[in-house]
Amino acid sequence: MSTADDALPADPSHLGHHNDAPAAQLAYTGAGAGGPASKRIVVGYGFWIFILSDVILFATLFATYAVLAGNRAGGPGPHALFDLRNTAEETLLLLFSSFACGMASLAVARRNLLWTQLTLLITGLLGAGFLALEAREFADLVARGAGPTHSAFLSAFFTLVGCHGLHVTAGLLWLGTMMAQFWAKGFRQNIRHRFLCFTLFWHALDIIWVGIFSLVYLIGEILP
Amino acid sequence: MKIVDRRSMVRVRRSPASARARALPAARLMLILAALALSGCESWIARPAGPVSGAERMIFLDTLVIMLLIVVPVIVATIAFAWWYRASNERARRLPDWSFSGRIELVVWSIPALVILFLGGIAWISAHDLDPARPLAAKRAALEIDVVALDWKWLFIYPQQRVASVNRLVVPAGVPLHFRLTSATVWNVFWIPKLGSMLYCMYGMAGTLYLQADRPGNYRGVSAMISGDGFATMHFDTEALSDAQFNAWADGVRTTGPTLDERAYRQLLKPSSAVAPYSYRSVMPGLFDAIVLQRLPPGQGSAPTP
Amino acid sequence: MHLLGQLSWQAIPFDEPLPLVAGAVVMLCVAAVLLWIWLKGYMPYLWHEWLTSVDHKRIGVMYCTLALVMLLRGFIDAIMMRAQQAMAFHAAGYLPASHFDQIFSAHGTIMIFFMAMPFMIGLMNLVVPLQLGVRDVAFPTLNSVSFWLTAAGALLVNLSLVVGSFSRTGWLPYPPLSELTYSPDVGVDYYCWAIEISGIGTLMTGINFVTTILKLRAPGMHYTRMPMFCWTALASNLLIVAAFPILTVSLALLLLDRYAGFHFFTNTGGGNAMMFMNLIWAWGHPEVYILILPAFGVYSEVVSTFSGKPLFGYRSMVIATMAICLISFMVWLHHFFTMGAGADVNAFFGIASMIIAVPTGVKIFNWLFTMYGGRVRFSAAMLWSLGFMVSFVIGGMTGVMLAEPTADFELHNSLFLVAHFHNVIITGVLFGAFAGYSYWFPKAFGFVLDERLGKWAFWLWLIGFWVAWAPGYVLGLEGMTRRLQRYDVAAWRPWLLLAAVGVLIILAAIVVQVAQLVVSIRTRARRRDLTGDPWNGRNLEWSIASPPPPFNYAVLPHVEKQEPYWDMKQRALEAGHLQTPEPGYSPIEMPRNSPTGFICAFFAVVTGFALIWRIWWLVALGLAGAYATFVVFAWRDVEEKVIPADEVARLERANRAARSEALAARVAHGQTQ
Repeated sequence: MSTADDALPADPSHLGHHNDAPAAQLAYTGAGAGGPASKRIVVGYGFWIFILSDVILFATLFATYAVLAGNRAGGPGPHALFDLRNTAEETLLLLFSSFACGMASLAVARRNLLWTQLTLLITGLLGAGFLALEAREFADLVARGAGPTHSAFLSAFFTLVGCHGLHVTAGLLWLGTMMAQFWAKGFRQNIRHRFLCFTLFWHALDIIWVGIFSLVYLIGEILP
Repeated sequence: MKIVDRRSMVRVRRSPASARARALPAARLMLILAALALSGCESWIARPAGPVSGAERMIFLDTLVIMLLIVVPVIVATIAFAWWYRASNERARRLPDWSFSGRIELVVWSIPALVILFLGGIAWISAHDLDPARPLAAKRAALEIDVVALDWKWLFIYPQQRVASVNRLVVPAGVPLHFRLTSATVWNVFWIPKLGSMLYCMYGMAGTLYLQADRPGNYRGVSAMISGDGFATMHFDTEALSDAQFNAWADGVRTTGPTLDERAYRQLLKPSSAVAPYSYRSVMPGLFDAIVLQRLPPGQGSAPTP
Repeated sequence: MHLLGQLSWQAIPFDEPLPLVAGAVVMLCVAAVLLWIWLKGYMPYLWHEWLTSVDHKRIGVMYCTLALVMLLRGFIDAIMMRAQQAMAFHAAGYLPASHFDQIFSAHGTIMIFFMAMPFMIGLMNLVVPLQLGVRDVAFPTLNSVSFWLTAAGALLVNLSLVVGSFSRTGWLPYPPLSELTYSPDVGVDYYCWAIEISGIGTLMTGINFVTTILKLRAPGMHYTRMPMFCWTALASNLLIVAAFPILTVSLALLLLDRYAGFHFFTNTGGGNAMMFMNLIWAWGHPEVYILILPAFGVYSEVVSTFSGKPLFGYRSMVIATMAICLISFMVWLHHFFTMGAGADVNAFFGIASMIIAVPTGVKIFNWLFTMYGGRVRFSAAMLWSLGFMVSFVIGGMTGVMLAEPTADFELHNSLFLVAHFHNVIITGVLFGAFAGYSYWFPKAFGFVLDERLGKWAFWLWLIGFWVAWAPGYVLGLEGMTRRLQRYDVAAWRPWLLLAAVGVLIILAAIVVQVAQLVVSIRTRARRRDLTGDPWNGRNLEWSIASPPPPFNYAVLPHVEKQEPYWDMKQRALEAGHLQTPEPGYSPIEMPRNSPTGFICAFFAVVTGFALIWRIWWLVALGLAGAYATFVVFAWRDVEEKVIPADEVARLERANRAARSEALAARVAHGQTQ
């Protein structure tokens, strides 16, 4: 029916590979001429699309918050409730966590298990610290009678920030699973692909947080 | 809440539909006949009873005619092409590789584009002319009616007459009607098809709707959005009367029936369906505003009825 | 706290015989089928070859099967509604309001989410990788998870028939009616969790197919050579990726209101129900195009194949598809012009909505000119397409009328609107699904469906649809609103009786379709599609055997033109023999089957059910189970099975032999096309 062009590898579309793709194959990006892209590109690309959908999810929550920010039902507004110092600490923890995650990528690239586990542990601890601060903030708000059931504004605030927190929690679970996989299976190709996705996810959460920090907390300072 | 300046009501409005009414008279006549044959005489499309429904009918028919000008040829062409080029037709000329023609492409893009450009123009103008919140052109001042959607009945408050009516809307014919619409519970849609536009009734908000009945008659009013178990029975009669009859009705109401105070309102808030029409001799002042501004609690719904 | 949350014997509607008997009958049928499978010893086959399969073709077949079963369920709802409205003139009919409201809600929910969506996704699964000339989708196991999550959602919706009740708020749960205050039972929870679970499945399908189409194509398959169905699948899946997160969020916010006392859409606490309308339709309108675009793709394939011509205006069609994809995000407000947003806003969205009619009109014209100069064969698939073209333009016309904000003030929420969307969804989406079903059935199963019964089914559907829904347009103009459990307007009655007759004609059509399937299976021996190309097709899916081998292509095809298979056939016909020398076969690695999807869906059902009834320990258990499933999946060492070169060669040689024979026969008959 068809011929495999001699210039191409015999069959570039093996769906999976026990071993790394040959170097020539990595050049294929799936743009048409060269045939299917390599596994690594496919996995990374697919995960980017997922992140895109997650960004839309957060965009919807941001929009919701923007619509409801003024509906306080007689309760307090952002200015009275938010503590920028706490938020700044959260931001620092998350940014350093991302940095540690970047270091872990380098360690994985060098196939250094000790450094990989160490940097991932730091990533996770910083993430857990972030969550602890967020939980403290939430608990404090609830204790002050400004829980999510108090007004539409607070419902939207807790949902937006809480959804990010939930993503971080899921990320920590994933991180733990990743560490266990590196430990049990080593730097296998499919595990490195998963790790690539994890780093994308972790950095994306940072970007979302920057949005929350500026659009919720900073703008909250100037809202009545 | 929108407070409408009385003076704006006498503004004379050029009806957008009347200019176009002269276009395509034959096609319109046929369509009206078809609509009459299809739906009897009691529908808004066959015999609108007010200026709003009349203008909306014109827009409807204009759009229909213009769209049919494309749709009918397309249907005919589909059947004709398929039949003529059937495999067994010896006379058809085959063009097995023909798949592009710049000229045809230009035509198939421009025909729909031009039609939509035209219809879009109609949409823009008519959406502004027939905005439900826009007062009608009339010499007489509008009658104020406040409408509250309840579980599952309609409350009509007449602030100028200081009376109220449940499940029965009595209006004078030939007078613009200024409705303010809200809901005391779940959302609803207020719709009197023979008079024109429907509009949402939403808790905590007051919608503005202008309608008018041109002639005396009895027009069905309905609830057009699912609101729970009693939804299907939540309709009412709109009785358009002459001025004298309307005044007589209002005077009569003032002498009979209960008063609508806060206690009676809270009673009314409880769910009930298929409520026989009745009226209130007086209404506590500011009831509608109190509902809209949420000074009174919303309805609490009910367990499903069997 | 109660161990079983809110679940108690009261959840079983012992006092309502209708749902109870219906539920019992369904459960008996399911039990009988399972018993039959068990006794016949098909269980291991079913488990190893289907339920755990990650093969896109099998998953596609399972999606379509789910869709057909749900079509029956949704259609029973339709019959019940038509019967109720035929009876309920000045009377209560046989269904109380609380039950009737569940039926129209379930009908819409099932038809959109569990019939139309799975049907379209099923066809995409079956066909897209074949047309792209590759061996599977980008993420085969994820694909299986997607399917099983969709099935889990369908199961939850149907469970509500027996345990508890379903939503009574319509197919979209508008607050405040859907808030806990006004809908205190579990109906809305069933709706929300079922849609959340299946929605996650759909989102993953979207990600999977966007990646597949953009990153996995045979060598030489440039964008400008992609078959139209792949283009529409791409557009549809891009819409899924962009729109489904919005659905997930809107329902999640409603659930927070209901479960945790939040105030997103409540009447109290500053909630804003208008926001729900905006959010749900920001998903809902693209959703319409998620359904119709792949159907447009099917029509493009079918009209071109059965006219024996390339698709007219290919580039135009691609532009039109992507234009629809883009504009569909800018029109959502037309679903609530009557909320009173003001003239400027209404006019803007009205015009934007009408603009979508331009690319859609272009598509109709292009199909028309595809037939022009062709050699039209009236197969069942072609009849579905012609029926679509003739009927859909009317649905499009009424759509433009509804997009006229002024007219919409008299048409919204009336049966005119309901007739419009049944017109576009039945004669647009469903006819497209049936066209695809007739067209690709031989590819999936290796034998052709009975054409005679297929044509009967088409005519009955077409006539039945118009008898059932033309009255809807009239009733709408007579001021009849949707979702009425009873009525007292005499003028409506004849039309409602006529509509009931229409639904009976459709019933006959469905009976014929079932007969078609049964007859075709029983006589499959003489319906075999030996060449893999029963319709003289044009794209790559027809270049391989029917049904295709697990690996689809022994060697990836090298694409040089649009309609690559037609090109190959032409060259072979000219030369009188196959133009490709026999390749050297090598072993092929394919992903191993995995029960991950099935088990994951099991835990999704458990979690969903526990959430609906507030059984919190079971929620924790279900989530832990789902996580454990993924860990087990992540830990496996062997991901692929290898199909040996001998096996590949054997299958491919048989295919080549069949094709050579068919080719020789055609050359002997002097056919060059």
